[in-house]
Amino acid sequence: MRRRNIPAFIAVAALLILWQGVSMLGLVPAFMLPSPVEVVRAFVKELPLLWENSLITLQEAFIGLVMGVAFGFLVAVLMDAFEVLYRAFYPLLIITQTVPTVAIAPLLVLWFGYEMTPKIILIVISTFFPVTVGLLDGFRSADRDAIGLLRSMGATRVQIFRHIKFPSALPQLFSGLRIAAAYSVVGAVISEWLGGFGGLGVYMTRVKKAFAFDKMFAVIFLISGISLGLMSLVEYAEKKCMPYRHLDKKE
Amino acid sequence: MEKLEVKNVSVSFDGKQILEDISIELNRGELVCLLGVSGGGKTTLFNVISGLLKPDAGQVLLDGRDITGKPGTISYMLQKDLLLPYRTIEDNVALPLLLKGVKKREARAQVGPMFAQFGLEGAQKKYPAQLSGGMRQRAALLRTYLFSRDVALLDEPFSALDTLTKSAIHGWYLDVMEKIRLSTLFITHDIDEAILLSDRIYLLSGQPGRIVEEIVISEPKPRPADFNLTPRFLDYKKQILSLL
Repeated sequence: MRRRNIPAFIAVAALLILWQGVSMLGLVPAFMLPSPVEVVRAFVKELPLLWENSLITLQEAFIGLVMGVAFGFLVAVLMDAFEVLYRAFYPLLIITQTVPTVAIAPLLVLWFGYEMTPKIILIVISTFFPVTVGLLDGFRSADRDAIGLLRSMGATRVQIFRHIKFPSALPQLFSGLRIAAAYSVVGAVISEWLGGFGGLGVYMTRVKKAFAFDKMFAVIFLISGISLGLMSLVEYAEKKCMPYRHLDKKE
Repeated sequence: MEKLEVKNVSVSFDGKQILEDISIELNRGELVCLLGVSGGGKTTLFNVISGLLKPDAGQVLLDGRDITGKPGTISYMLQKDLLLPYRTIEDNVALPLLLKGVKKREARAQVGPMFAQFGLEGAQKKYPAQLSGGMRQRAALLRTYLFSRDVALLDEPFSALDTLTKSAIHGWYLDVMEKIRLSTLFITHDIDEAILLSDRIYLLSGQPGRIVEEIVISEPKPRPADFNLTPRFLDYKKQILSLL
């Protein structure tokens, strides 16, 4: 473990110990707040079921994320290439983000049923936005002089995009991707709450109805674990794609 | 190329005259300086010559061929080195070749041997942020050269460097120029730099930019390192100062 991570580690450990203490002293009824040890026990016991449901959720999240990123990329490129599209759709884009996901999810279920489709649509809606906005900002941050230089070399628009605009937007793209990755899991779970045949969201509604708080907590931690995992995957890809951002400046 | 000619170029923006009837020429292997105050429209003139900007009147001819308003023939280097931070020096330098459709591997192989000549040995795989200012300008110059071995426009290429680096790079620059014989049009507001490097100097007045005088620096090349301490150098300097 790196030295700078030690404070965070201590904070988490202290919180868990405090929680365990509260449970053991019986300050809160055990059925409402299970102790961390009980949560871990539930997690281990339910592991096969959690695994099975995770796969469904992950599959939705993955398909939705890939489609959302592809769609977001396309929208950003088109809006950057045609100023008219930018002016026409940028406000609309912002409005789509003010509509809460939970509010449109039931509608999507009514329209598209209980299968995968409405879930993927929901994930696409919530993941394309950070990607599009990140890319648009990135394209606009590209150095005007560098573009001028390439033009003086007779570069085409596609070449300018490839050599200047796209690489300039990579940092913003990756910030967008990190957010999108987290949204994709949350989106999948929310859409499963509202109807479906499997997945962590469905599992959650089931254990909630059974008042199995320990399993509730187990699945909550699992979901945030999955989100964290996806985010660190994005971070890893970022480091691989942009080695020049992680140089030591020594010659 | 044999000759670059700029004929009677005039440019105005929003009714304000920036360049007025500019005519200059650059012969093969020559290093010609445009010297004038900042804001005198020098950069605008370069934008016209490189084809990025269409003048209101006048022509740019390369070996008699009209290239007015057509970018892609003359290479251009700015004060900012404009090396792409996300590419290695090798790929930055190879950029003009990539734009012409040369494959990456092939382009790298072509630029490789040039590194030594430009004093950039060992810098191929480094990123711009890892190099000093002087090294970066050299890399930018190499990129400019690889784009067009005919003629280059340099817009205050060394003005962002500190005095010591600058004087070192001047010596290096004259040396390289001896070898590669690149015809160069050079913008500067530094009188010493202009006298030190040029074969000829065009003096540009400001607002609107006009050519007021052409001065030939007849000192043979390569010039000694202490040329700027000789009386002849000071004579040139006095002459220029009296005209500006």
